[in-house]
Amino acid sequence: MTTLTDPPQESFKLSMLLNDSRYRSITMQVIALILLITAFWYLGSNLMANLRAQGLNISYEFLNSAAGYDINQTLIPYTSQSTNLQAALVGIINTLLVAFLACITATVFGVLAGVLRLSNNWLVRKLMSVYVEIFRNIPVLIWILIIYTVMTVSMPAPNAFRGETPTATMLFDAVAFTNRGVYIPAPIWGAGSMVVVATFFASLIGVFAYRRYATKLLFDTGRLLPMLWPSIAILIVPTVLMFFIMGSPIGLEYPALKGFNFRGGTQIGAPLIALWFALSIYTGAFIAENVRAGIMAVSRGQTEAASALGLRPGRVMNLVVLPQALRVIIPPLISQYLNITKNSSLAILVGYADITATLGGITLNQTGRAIECVLLLMLFYLIISLLISAVMNVYNNATRLKER
Amino acid sequence: MKKTVFLGALTVAGLAAGAAAAGTLDDVKARGKLNCGVTTGLVGFAAPDANGVWEGFDVGVCRAVAAAVLGDATAVEFVPTTGKTRFTALASGEIDMLARNTTWTFSRDTDLKFDFVGVNYYDGQGFMVPKALGVTSAKDLNGATVCIQTGTTTELNLADFFRKNNMEYEPVPIETNAEGQQQYLAGACDTYTTDASGLASTRAAFENPTEHVILPEIISKEPLGPLVRHGDNEWGDIARWTLNALIAAEELGITSANVAELGAAAGGSPEVNRILGTEGNLGEMIGLDAQWAMRAIAAGGNYGELFEKNIGEKTPIGLARGLNAQWTDGGILYTPPFR
Repeated sequence: MTTLTDPPQESFKLSMLLNDSRYRSITMQVIALILLITAFWYLGSNLMANLRAQGLNISYEFLNSAAGYDINQTLIPYTSQSTNLQAALVGIINTLLVAFLACITATVFGVLAGVLRLSNNWLVRKLMSVYVEIFRNIPVLIWILIIYTVMTVSMPAPNAFRGETPTATMLFDAVAFTNRGVYIPAPIWGAGSMVVVATFFASLIGVFAYRRYATKLLFDTGRLLPMLWPSIAILIVPTVLMFFIMGSPIGLEYPALKGFNFRGGTQIGAPLIALWFALSIYTGAFIAENVRAGIMAVSRGQTEAASALGLRPGRVMNLVVLPQALRVIIPPLISQYLNITKNSSLAILVGYADITATLGGITLNQTGRAIECVLLLMLFYLIISLLISAVMNVYNNATRLKER
Repeated sequence: MKKTVFLGALTVAGLAAGAAAAGTLDDVKARGKLNCGVTTGLVGFAAPDANGVWEGFDVGVCRAVAAAVLGDATAVEFVPTTGKTRFTALASGEIDMLARNTTWTFSRDTDLKFDFVGVNYYDGQGFMVPKALGVTSAKDLNGATVCIQTGTTTELNLADFFRKNNMEYEPVPIETNAEGQQQYLAGACDTYTTDASGLASTRAAFENPTEHVILPEIISKEPLGPLVRHGDNEWGDIARWTLNALIAAEELGITSANVAELGAAAGGSPEVNRILGTEGNLGEMIGLDAQWAMRAIAAGGNYGELFEKNIGEKTPIGLARGLNAQWTDGGILYTPPFR
């Protein structure tokens, strides 16, 4: 006869928290957490105590009071009577704008330089090495300053366009390059212009549809349709036709010299250009190395196999090598995008009104609310960086090797 | 306490606290040096000369305080500050006093917890333009691009001035005076605006100063003066009365040349005697010895001498006394009596 007995019930002893491997890791984590919380509590209470000792307090009231200063690049309505919060929003949008533009151009520079660095042409290869080594080994701060200074010193002031025999002239009478920025014609949206815009977006969808159809046809029948020229034609022809059918509803407003500056048209300020260019050319050098690493990670056999199938070098790169290289390229690329966003905080060097310059600069100075402003800045950069990471991770998941 | 200070500094860069609790006078005496915040370089007010020795009008105030407290006008550590860093430097105790063209305003005095100890230069904000621009009045500046130092009261005055006159402008914010000079000379902005004295000082450093004019409009009141942290009244008194002693010395005819002679023995003027410590015990009342004011005046001369030597009409900066003359000469310099 067998008796079923329960396994001996081990009584829980306090020493097991350290000696038993089942509990030890949890114990350690709890201890670490307590230490961390204590440390932050200590820092926080110390800060509050010291602030109290100086008769100061933490308050965000200043965000609702009038900012009192003007900003040179505002993409949303803003006057000196707007609130500090509005000034901060102007800064946020300016930060996002320059970060977005720089991410795109840095990627273009980086991919071009990275691919060309592996070129068979000795001169091209060496030129790209020089680009990468020079730009990534000099601090971005210095690049921003150099580019801005060269721009302001070498480009003509608006005054140079004046008079009977001006020393500078506008390009095609439409674009003016000055040391205060580039002035380009701005579109004037007349009646019916929305139809033209709608046509343009419809053609955009049309291009995607065509390419999808061509790819499907290629996979199904092996027949290769031309891609580039039909795409361009679909994109442009209907829009241009609609433009004339509607009686040219979209006009152009040309910049003209009035008073001290060019008026009319759209101004792309010198600070934006300098910052944008410096960030993209600097980060582009890093991305070039990522791209090179990605390409070299694709085994040579892939290239050789593709060539053996009769693919031309351009197609080998586009269809075989780059798609596989992307898996290696994207994770470090995320870091580079984060770097661009964070490096854009150097904007005040060239007078570009980003969030660090408005909230963390002028507002901080005029209100004296250093702690509040710096905390808000940290929060903003943290949120933006996490968002960029999240979006890029989604893209990374879409391109990574699908294992079944 | 050391640890508290260290961790506090870690918490938020920009406001270390607690360190300022002890008496500044004792700190300065223990250190043997006065930490004085000045500009990063504004010729005439505070700039290092060819040998790296700081000199200028604001520097003179620092030296006078050092001479009064430590007996040595050279025992000053000059800390260059920008418009943005100056208040943090003072609040955190990095510097003992700030003598840097700082405008005395209500909120700086109250909200930021500082004490202005007086006014050493009555200034106002002006505009500088190249002569070739053909502008003769600030009212003609509609649509202009304006270079402006960020983090200063001038930024707010500028916004107010253009709003009041229904004019538009485009601000080009810059960090330091040198940067502003470069942008202005390159034509990246039509006009440069800051305190009129600063404009004169900047213009003096140009290759062709005569090609630039300072417009007649003064758009704000800018009383510039040294300041200290709020709460340490003994130290505030020392800075305040050192500055007053320099101004009173000019009024009473005490100069760097005759101060030793006048201070050797009590003379005919009771107030001179009280300032120079040959009569009464004013020095004791502010925690210093009897010769404090004598040393302060001997360091660089009285207010008038400092003015003439650094920014007066015979210097390249060429500022007239104007409002900054003694009240007896039609200015508004007026010290409370020494008694």
